[in-house]
Parts: sequence; C-alpha cells; structure tokens
Amino acid sequence: MTARYALRFGALGYLTMLLLVPVGLVFYRTFQHGLHPAWAAVTNPQALHALWLTLIIAAIAVPLNTAFGVVLGIALVRHRFPGRGLLNAIVDLPLALSPVVVGLALYLLYGTGGWLAGLSEHGIKILFSLPGMTLATIFVSLPFVVREVVPVLREIGTDQEQAAETLGAAPFTTFRRITLPAIRWAVSYGVVLTTARAIGEFGAVSIVSGRIEGKTETLPLYVQSQFDSSLGINPTGAFAASVVLALIALMTVLAMRLFRPNAASLAMPLKGRGGFAGTAVSTRLAGRMGSESEVNDSKEGL
Amino acid sequence: MGITVVEVTKKFGDFVALDDVSVAIPEGSLTALLGPSGSGKSTLLRVIAGLEDPDGGQVLLGGDDVTSRPARARGVGMVFQHYAAFKHMTVWENVAFGLKVRKRPKAEIENRVHELLELVQLEGLAKRYPAQLSGGQRQRMALARALAVDPEVLLLDEPFGALDARVRKELRAWLRRLHDEVHVTTIIVTHDQEEAMEVAGQIVVINKGRVEQVGTPRELYDSPANEFVMSFVGPVNRIGETFVRPRDISLSLEPDSDSTEAMVERVVHLGFEVRAELVRDDGQHLLAQLTQEEAQVLELERGLIVYVKPSRETVFTR
Repeated sequence: MTARYALRFGALGYLTMLLLVPVGLVFYRTFQHGLHPAWAAVTNPQALHALWLTLIIAAIAVPLNTAFGVVLGIALVRHRFPGRGLLNAIVDLPLALSPVVVGLALYLLYGTGGWLAGLSEHGIKILFSLPGMTLATIFVSLPFVVREVVPVLREIGTDQEQAAETLGAAPFTTFRRITLPAIRWAVSYGVVLTTARAIGEFGAVSIVSGRIEGKTETLPLYVQSQFDSSLGINPTGAFAASVVLALIALMTVLAMRLFRPNAASLAMPLKGRGGFAGTAVSTRLAGRMGSESEVNDSKEGL
Repeated sequence: MGITVVEVTKKFGDFVALDDVSVAIPEGSLTALLGPSGSGKSTLLRVIAGLEDPDGGQVLLGGDDVTSRPARARGVGMVFQHYAAFKHMTVWENVAFGLKVRKRPKAEIENRVHELLELVQLEGLAKRYPAQLSGGQRQRMALARALAVDPEVLLLDEPFGALDARVRKELRAWLRRLHDEVHVTTIIVTHDQEEAMEVAGQIVVINKGRVEQVGTPRELYDSPANEFVMSFVGPVNRIGETFVRPRDISLSLEPDSDSTEAMVERVVHLGFEVRAELVRDDGQHLLAQLTQEEAQVLELERGLIVYVKPSRETVFTR
C-alpha cells in the first residue's frame, strides 16, 4: 500500500518538477502584469506574422506528409518490392537525425555552391524563404503518419480488402471505402503528431530561414529572438509567444486524447474476432466519452 | 457455372502449394476441397477466386479462361474463415456493398438486400455493426454479402472454422438447405472430413498440393484410392499392410478358426455408438466401433477377453 503511494507520489513529483513547473512558470510570467501586456505582446505585427507563417508552413507540410504517409504505409505493408527494408529504415531517419543537421543539409543542397543552388538563379528562392522552411518542416515531421498507419494496416490484414475485391470493387474504391475508413483513427493521430512537430520545429527551420524578422520568422524563432533581444531581462514577448505555442500544444494533446480511445475501440473488434459483441460496443461508447477508466475496463473484458 | 482447373501449379518461395492440380467441378454442385492444413486446398480456392496468381495452368469458369482476369471481374462470391466483415459498415451496408460498387439502382439494392437478409435470417439486425453480432451471425452476413452480387460461383474458405461446434453443425445443415434453394456452384474448403461428408455431394481430397481422389462421400469411404484417403476420411486400424475400419471389426466371446484373442482396454459410450479400444496378444492395438446393442450383448467392459476378426479389409498395392 505504502509502496503504491510512494510510486504515485514519486511519478507525480517527477513530472511536476520537470514538466509542470517550468511550463507553469511561463504562464505565470506572461500574465504577471495582467492580461494587457501579454495581449499586446502577441498582437504586435511581428508576432502575428510569425504565427501566420507558422500556420501556413504547417498547412502545407501536414497534408503532404499525410498523403505521403498513407501511400508509403500501404506500400510498406501491402507490397513486396526490392529495397522495402531500406525504405522502412529511411523513414525513421528524421526521428534519429538532429534537426540542426537537417537544416544544415538543406543549406548545403540549396545554398551557394550547393547542387541545387542554380534554382535561385532561375528565380526559385528556396533558402531564407517559405519553400526552404516548408521543406525543412516536411523533413522533420515526415515519419509520424507512416509510423501510426503501418501497425494498424498490419493488424487489419487483407481479408476485408480481398472481400471487397471479390465483390467487384476496383483498387481505388477498395482503398477509399475499406482501407481508409479502417485506418482513419491512425491517420488522425498521425496528423495530430505531425502538426505538433511542424508547429514546434526550431532547429532545422532556424538554419534555412535566415531568421529575417517579420519575414522568415516562425513562432518558435520569434520566441528565441524576443528572448535574445531583451537579453533575458524582461522577455514578456518571448513568454507570451511561448504561451501561444503551449496552448497549441495543449490543444494537440487534447486532440490526441480524443483519438486514442477511438483507435483502441476500432482495433479491438479485430483482435477479438468472434468475441462478445457487447464489449466492443461498450469500448466504442467509452471511447466517445473519452473516459480512461472505462476504456481500461473494456480492455480487460477482452 | 462449372469450374475447371487445368494443371495449376503455385509456389511460395520453395514451398510447392499446388503441384499440377486438375479438377472439374460440375455446374450447380456443392463440392468440398478436403485436406489437412497446408495441403494447398485454400490456395486452390484462392486461385479460382483470382486472389492468387498461379505460376502455371489455367482456371476456366463456364468454359471461359479467366486465369488472367482479376478477382473483381470473375463473378465469384467469397466467404472467408474470419468473416472479413467490413467493420465500419452496418449489416445492411455490408450486404449492399457489392451492389453499390456496381452502381445498381437504389430501389433494386433496397429489395435485394432485404431479400438476402431474410434468406440468412438477419432481417432484424440490419442496423447493427459486425462487432455487435455473434460469429454465426457474422458468417451468415458474409454469405448474404457474397450472394448479393448473384455470383456464378460461391467459394467458402473454411467458413465455419472459427465457430464453436454447435453453431458449426447448425450452419452446415443450413448451408446444405441454402444450396438446395439457390443452386449456385459452390466450393467449400475444409479440413474436417465429417463436415465435407455432411455437406458436399462431391469431395476432392487434397494432400501436399496434389489431388489424391475425387468422389462422392460414399465412394471415398467405401473405396478409398490410397492409404492417405483411407485414413483421412475416417478412423482406421492398420494391421501390417492391411487397413480395417473400426466398424468392420467383429467381436465375439467364442473363438473362431481365424479370429484372434484380444483384451478390452477401454470402452467409450457415445450414445448410439460405442467405441472399444482393444489390444491383441501380439501387442497390436485395435479400435472397434459397435452399436450400443451389440456392446450390451457382449457385456463389453474393461478387461474382457474377446475374439476379433476383420469382416472387411483393404490392402493397397504400392
């Protein structure tokens, strides 16, 4: 009994010190002098531009990575081709590589003397502008949809797709009406993770953007520049922008919690082939209510 | 529509799943592909369905060579062992899928789905999701879904394998009746000889990727082509080179000129049928099948000495 409380207290204390206190402090410092200075700090043109740019980059990177992730996931799970193992490994590269290295690599490719430096001579500006920043963001947020989709595709197997085929469905119809609905929660979850990564990216974007204030500054870069320019003495601007990022992150986490139980309920009838119908239904309901305890109960039921 | 398989070969890597298989399935029949697991029976079914490409040979449906035709254009209905239910669709939507894909008029879909749900006795469950059905109900839904598109050929891949014994028995009888009603050429894959004999009019016994024998249940039981078929379609005693069905071992309390002495080791009562496990004085174990009445007359019990004689034996020339 005591051990259990000690464990809980320890875990909670650990998380509080490492996560809650620092983030809470940012909120505290932002609103220390009331709402007004904070509001002014995030609504100045430079901050608004940074937010806008961040959202635009995410709006390009996320759909591209989602489409690519689904296609790649299907290719990896449903097809056998030479180089499949290599491809599977390469997908994880962005997770393993430091973002700074990614930024540097893009810089070397598109910068002066790089292989693709010629593009800028033809009026296609990559570095220090939106295309370069978007490329960097796509790079670092690439694996998330693939990694969510692959296990679910494996789990559902090919039975449903083959059944659809024998019923006369063409490959694309099967994809749209059978495969996609079956993986939709995995895709959603992947999208949430991709979005979080895209919005928060600092290192890679920092290098390829050139950090031109009001031009190529995303929200994370804006936080850094505000912190630098105030020499760390009164960085309300940095704090306020951090709060915006933290709120976006919070929304992302909430979205994840919405998707997770649903994903579980969808996976369960598959595992429990021939299992009792009632359990899967209760899981689905519990999933909608987003109640963790009920979801766990249903899991045990299976 | 009749099905003809001509010299089909299929390999998975080094493993030969089908080795030069030729089979003719008559139109309107209910045929079982019977064999142990890994014998290639499911692969043969999937080759017929178009879900697997053969390495060699041809598949003909009603005389047309469909070997290079994709599954969706073969006009087959398929039922899978694990139901393959579309989990995000209701029972109604599952059954309607094939018709919707074919862009049939709405009223026709409505009527047809209704008709089929009635046929498989799921009218009341049309709005349920597969997860809310029992295994037997799911499989009946899968059957209705396969029948919705009016297939020329119905292919069932171990359809009752995931169900419990009682439901399996019910569904077998139901499938038999259904086939009498719809008359669509049907192939059922099974590893259960009892299931094959109960349901099918013709049985194709497959082993190690080859066809061992084709015949009616009676032909397979009474005149098996070889050792494998003999021992696969029913219990058998092997005495040296001869094979004797347990039913063909006669027991008596008095010795006879050509009978041998044996001791009863165990008696199993299965209602009408009684099984006796015997051991001869030379150490040979035998299984005998009797009726309850016969067992009563002998007062069969453990330790009893009886005299056994095969009334009918089979020897295969090698």
